[in-house]
This record gives sequence, structure tokens and C-alpha cells, in this order.
Amino acid sequence: MDTAVTAKKKWWGGGYSPFNVSYGKLMMWYFLMSDAFTFGALLISYGTIRFMSTSWPDPNEVFKSAPLMGHANLPLVFVSIMTFILIMSSVTMVLAVHAGHQRNQKAVTKWLAWTIVGGAAFLACQAWEWTHLYHEGAWWGRNPFLNVDGTPASTNFTNFFFTITGFHGLHVTSGVILNIVILINVLKGTYEQRGHYEMVEKVGLYWHFVDLVWVFVFTCFYLL
Amino acid sequence: MEHTQTAAVDDARHGHGDTSTKTIWKTFWILLCVTIVEVALAFLHLETGFPSRLVLNAIFIGLTIVKAFFIVAEFMHLRHEIKNLILTILIPLMLFVWFIIAFLADGDSWKNMRKDLSPGTPKQATTVTNEASHH
Repeated sequence: MDTAVTAKKKWWGGGYSPFNVSYGKLMMWYFLMSDAFTFGALLISYGTIRFMSTSWPDPNEVFKSAPLMGHANLPLVFVSIMTFILIMSSVTMVLAVHAGHQRNQKAVTKWLAWTIVGGAAFLACQAWEWTHLYHEGAWWGRNPFLNVDGTPASTNFTNFFFTITGFHGLHVTSGVILNIVILINVLKGTYEQRGHYEMVEKVGLYWHFVDLVWVFVFTCFYLL
Repeated sequence: MEHTQTAAVDDARHGHGDTSTKTIWKTFWILLCVTIVEVALAFLHLETGFPSRLVLNAIFIGLTIVKAFFIVAEFMHLRHEIKNLILTILIPLMLFVWFIIAFLADGDSWKNMRKDLSPGTPKQATTVTNEASHH
């Protein structure tokens, strides 16, 4: 990548990276692709089971609570807040990457710290939601909610909900841990010495992927 | 993708241009607005039942893909990478087209079998419902 790039460059002729990205970034993309298939498999199996069922619980009946709101009927409100938090943390992550391009250590620190705050806030929201559902009697193998047509629902609904949001939550958790590790390195000046902040970009890719998966989880579980 | 390879590479190296904060915030507003539209449509359906469930679901899936496009293209910067990289990521993901169609069709077929072949002959069941509707 040191040589000048022209449009007629023979990318596959040898001597260059045909993708014009570093090894680490390319491997992060490939990892995310495999992870996309894992999440895809989970969501599609959920879809298959849902297509197989004659009736299914109404998400607006199940997810209608929000903290400090008592028994008010608020479908979609809390999960919209969670979605907003995650989109917002994605934005602060891009801003951190942007600051890294400009080699602005202070700005990278600031935006990474906000990203960590966003991730932690999202996890706190999810913890509240899980606790709330648990107290309503929902868990793996237990489903207190009725189908739309009034018949008792199978445990497929809760099993898929807790497995998929749990697997996503696990990704958010590891993302927050990675962000913290990167932030420590930024503060130590590791990337300043290295001469570039590419590590922020790689972890950033992972973080955006977590946001991307949530977009699909949000649609599949709360909207459809 | 309207950029030439040269421009995309230069921007990536110098770290300005495409990744300007203006684009970032624009993408944020698009994502936020799409989410608000989704939630608003869901409430509209709850209150009035207006967009029928089928239409509503089609809109939701369409808007989800719009959001996914903006996250991958802008936040993950894929739009500004060179074509080789874009293709190596996107072509394998096309498997999802088969994946989704095959498995959802399978689920649907299971539902129909469970309905049609459930114990108690199906023909009786249909005549019973027909009689009930006549009276």
C-alpha cells in the first residue's frame, strides 16, 4: 500500500493487497461474515418455527412494560429507547475512528468512553427487560404468554427470545470489553507510538456489526 | 460507489472526505428517522389496524434492509472500500436468499401438514365447519 494507486492497477498481479486493506481488517470482515451466518441461522430457525406454528404471542402484548412506569401499557417504547442507545453508541464509535484518522488522542479517548457508556447502558436495559420477563414467569422452558388467538403458547417463543437476545447481549458484552481494552491502550499511548489507530477501526467494525444484528433482532422480535 | 478507486483509496489513507463528521451525523439521522417511522407505523396499526399485517410486515422488512445498508455502507465504511473487497463480502451473503426462502417454506409446509394431517380425518373437519357456517 506504499505505492501510488491508479485505477488501472493490476490488483491480482501480485505485489499488492488485492483488497487494499490490512490483514487484520480483512480478517475482521471475514469473522463478521461468519458471525452473520451464525446470527442468520438463529433468526431463520426462529422464523421457521414461527411459520410452523398455527399461532404465536403478540409482541405488543409481551413487551409492553418500561422501568418506573408501573403497569402502564407501553408497547415498543422501552425497546425503542434501547435501539436509540445502540445507534447512538455506533455514532460515537465512528467519531472515535474519525478522530483516530486525525491522530487526535484526546478525541479518540472521549468518543471511545462514550461508546463504552452507550454499550453499558444498553446492557443495563437488557438486564432490566430480562429481569422483568423473568418475574412475569418467562424463562427458557417457561412461557406464561398466550397466543394471539387465546390458546396457550409453546415455549418456543421464550426459548428463541432468550437465546437470540442473550447471544446478542453476549456480543455486546465482549464488544464493551474490547472497547475498554482499546481505550486503555489509547490512554497508554500505544497507538500513538505505533503511528496509527487502526485497532480502533477493527474494534469499530465489530461494534457496528453488533448494532447491525440488533436492527434485525428488533425487527424480528418486536415489530413482526 | 460513485467514487473512483483512486479517490476511495486516497480518502481512506488520509482519513477525511468520506468519513467527515457531516456524513456520520447524516447517517445517524437517517437511522433514527427510519426507526421512528417503524415505531410510528406499529402504533398506527395498533390504534387503527390500518396498514394490514401483511403490508406492515413487508414495510418493516424493507426498512430493516435500508437501515442495514446504511450501517454497513457508512458506519462500517464498506461503500468506500475497493470493489474487490465489497464483492468478497457481499457475494457469500447471497446464500441468505436461498437460506430464508428454503427454511421459511419448510416451516410453512410443516404447519400445513400439521393442520391437514392431524388425527381425525381432515374431510370431516371441513364438512363440520361448512355445516356450522350454513346454520
